[in-house]
Amino acid sequence: MSDATLAPAATPLRQRIGQLGPLIALILLVILGAVSSETFLTAENVLNVLTRSSIIGIIAIGATFVITARGLDLSVGAMAALVAGLGIMGMNWFLAHMSPMAALITGMTLALVIGMLAGLLNGSLVVFARIEAFIVTLGTMGIMRSLVTWMSDGGSISLDFALRDAGRGLYYGAVLGIPVPVIIFAVLAALGEFVMTRMRFGRHVTAIGSNPDVSRYSAIPVNGVRLATYVLQGACVGLATLIYVPRLGAVTPSTGMLWELEAIAAVIIGGTALAGGYGRVWGTVVGVLILGLVANILNLTSYFSPHLNGAFQGTIIVIAVLLQRRRSGT
Amino acid sequence: MQQSATGGGLEIRDVTHFYGPNRVLAGIDLAVRPGEVVALAGENGAGKSTLMRIIGGYQAPGSGTVHWQGNPVPADLHRAEKMGITLVHQEFALIPDMNVAENIHLGREPGRFGVVNRRKMRDQAAAALTLLRAQIHPEAAMRDLPVASWQVVELAKAFGAGPALLLMDEPTAVLGREETAALFDRIRAFRAAGGAVIFTSHRLDEVREIADRVTVLRDGTITMDRPTSDVSEHDIATAMVGREISDLFLPRSPAPVAPPVLEVEGLDVPREIGAPVRDADFALHPGEILGVAGLVGSGRTEMFEGLVGLRPARARRFTLRGETRALPKSREAWAKGIAYLTEDRKSRGLLLEASQIVNADLTLGALSGGPLLDPAGERARYAKARETFDIRSANPLIPAGRLSGGNQQKLLLAKTLASQPDIVILDEPTRGVDIGAKAQIYRLIAGLAAEGRAVVVISSELPELIGLAHRILVMDRGRIAGTIRQPEGGQVSEADILRLGLGLSTDTEKEIPA
Repeated sequence: MSDATLAPAATPLRQRIGQLGPLIALILLVILGAVSSETFLTAENVLNVLTRSSIIGIIAIGATFVITARGLDLSVGAMAALVAGLGIMGMNWFLAHMSPMAALITGMTLALVIGMLAGLLNGSLVVFARIEAFIVTLGTMGIMRSLVTWMSDGGSISLDFALRDAGRGLYYGAVLGIPVPVIIFAVLAALGEFVMTRMRFGRHVTAIGSNPDVSRYSAIPVNGVRLATYVLQGACVGLATLIYVPRLGAVTPSTGMLWELEAIAAVIIGGTALAGGYGRVWGTVVGVLILGLVANILNLTSYFSPHLNGAFQGTIIVIAVLLQRRRSGT
Repeated sequence: MQQSATGGGLEIRDVTHFYGPNRVLAGIDLAVRPGEVVALAGENGAGKSTLMRIIGGYQAPGSGTVHWQGNPVPADLHRAEKMGITLVHQEFALIPDMNVAENIHLGREPGRFGVVNRRKMRDQAAAALTLLRAQIHPEAAMRDLPVASWQVVELAKAFGAGPALLLMDEPTAVLGREETAALFDRIRAFRAAGGAVIFTSHRLDEVREIADRVTVLRDGTITMDRPTSDVSEHDIATAMVGREISDLFLPRSPAPVAPPVLEVEGLDVPREIGAPVRDADFALHPGEILGVAGLVGSGRTEMFEGLVGLRPARARRFTLRGETRALPKSREAWAKGIAYLTEDRKSRGLLLEASQIVNADLTLGALSGGPLLDPAGERARYAKARETFDIRSANPLIPAGRLSGGNQQKLLLAKTLASQPDIVILDEPTRGVDIGAKAQIYRLIAGLAAEGRAVVVISSELPELIGLAHRILVMDRGRIAGTIRQPEGGQVSEADILRLGLGLSTDTEKEIPA
């Protein structure tokens, strides 16, 4: 057989259904929502769910890369609050020196850079100081959270009103009827999927998560790639705060609380292996939407109290992991 | 603890077994008496492991019967163990966070009312290890021990369970000569006490040494079942592959006369366990195969991993293609055309869950691939490698871990050589590989040297080194004990190498690179 184009094997049907599990769950949720509420399928409600999901979604795209490379970042919620807080303070300060729009853009650039620097710090401690990612990011989570509390003196850090008008468009604006946050989320998801499946970086991330030793013996720059996943995560957090800041215009000590768990939950529900070695960005997008839809359906219907949202989300996470283990066991 | 078998022994009748559509065993009949040691030989994929698993109670046969002492063997590991059948796997079932004694007694801790008698446990473990002549402390943490010690602990655990029938899958694959000799003495004592043993091995010399009978499997059927004293290694090999094994090795090409491509002086590689590599000097020449011999733990692997930047090392002088420079870092070594093939295929060599295509292109892609993947190019390169290295697999998307040992090794060679390195270091290139694949790999190695590459072959199998290498470097406890140049057209003897490796030789002419 010298045929250069070897035909790929047909994946067994059962396995393919297993891989599509999260998508099937999402479709079932949509049907459930449509049957139980008349307002569910209206454009307004759908766009509302997507917009609300976009902030966690953007963070979760970064988390997909970190987790696929056998890492973990618990600090993303606190990091979002810190980046937003510093960004707002920067924008307010720049406003004294330039036009509101220029101050906004400079501040946003600053936020992005701070996010990446925070990721670089996490990554350096994990890669070069060789501390467990869980411990490192638990530590930086505490540090960043308390910095936000200190900076806001327990209250809030507010965006200058002159800036609020300039920035509104980032969260409330729309292009061709589609809200800006949804567009950013969709573009980032498409990019993330491309990087994961079509680019060498994605393959190296997967290889390292699958077996770091094999990767090292295969000339893969293991340290550089692992570091890059944390920087990428920081950049995603920075981007998410760019949407968040114009939405509320202020940061408090509780901003971004538990976002890390929602992001990690979305990644796992989407089928990425918590132990690393297998990750898919489209799955993460599905995971985020499942979490968003559960909350939305509880709000729209009266079967259960919306206060039970956490219980439903928790159940879904446990089921997702159970299904994942069944799949890898066969 | 020894239970004596009361007649009957093992009776296997007409066992046939399928994995999906593949028939792995067909009409197997086999009887083993108490006090008998049977070697199960066969190429990878011949059905040895499946037969062992069926006898050990890990799985039920598709059809046919297995009886032990007149009773059917249940397809239940724990009930099989209660009947006196113990299976030692190739993969270790030990817990790294526990100490040696705890591991040896795992699941059958001595004591009363759930309280473990630690002193008794330690003493029993020490006794079990002494019977294997092992210098392992019963309270040493498992994770600190090298792989050979893991195997010894696994064996101590198996003998300690008081079996009447002991099944061992490749027990000597990671053992050195002394440990193997100790194991064989232990087996002899076990046999004298009425125990029965079935073991598999790729080492035909070992089969001849310890087994009373040799049973050869090929494609799921028994092709030979005779007393060991009646057969030669050549007979066994022929029964395994179904054709005459002509010469395993090509005649050695004459040693080339060329200036060295790599020279190192005063190479030190620190180690946490075992003797560190100290003050090593050697040189690699284009077109030459340098064999590296030495007992397990003598620092062979560490010396070369240090040389290529995979572990911390220092050298007084390092010269690569005439340029004196610092030792390279790992990726730098690859970029400079130095390739290293690991001895640990499963945990350092291949991504077992990834496709063969991904594995074959991993190193080349990491070294010179662009930011975008190139699926068409990868498939084309894989197709070419499959022919060059004769990787036998129905489908390139089958994960590497599902290939037989020989095909995994060929895939690992394809991956390691994909970047066309001109210095090639091969650590145990034929470990766990059947004899047919071995012959192919030997031809491949000879071909690498004939193309003008400098080749290093590190191996525990002396016939392999003698058959391949122009020069043989012998390591002993972290130091180079000497280098033997093989005579043109002739061969040195295994005894020469062994004398040097055990630090006994004083008269062998040592060749020290200038």
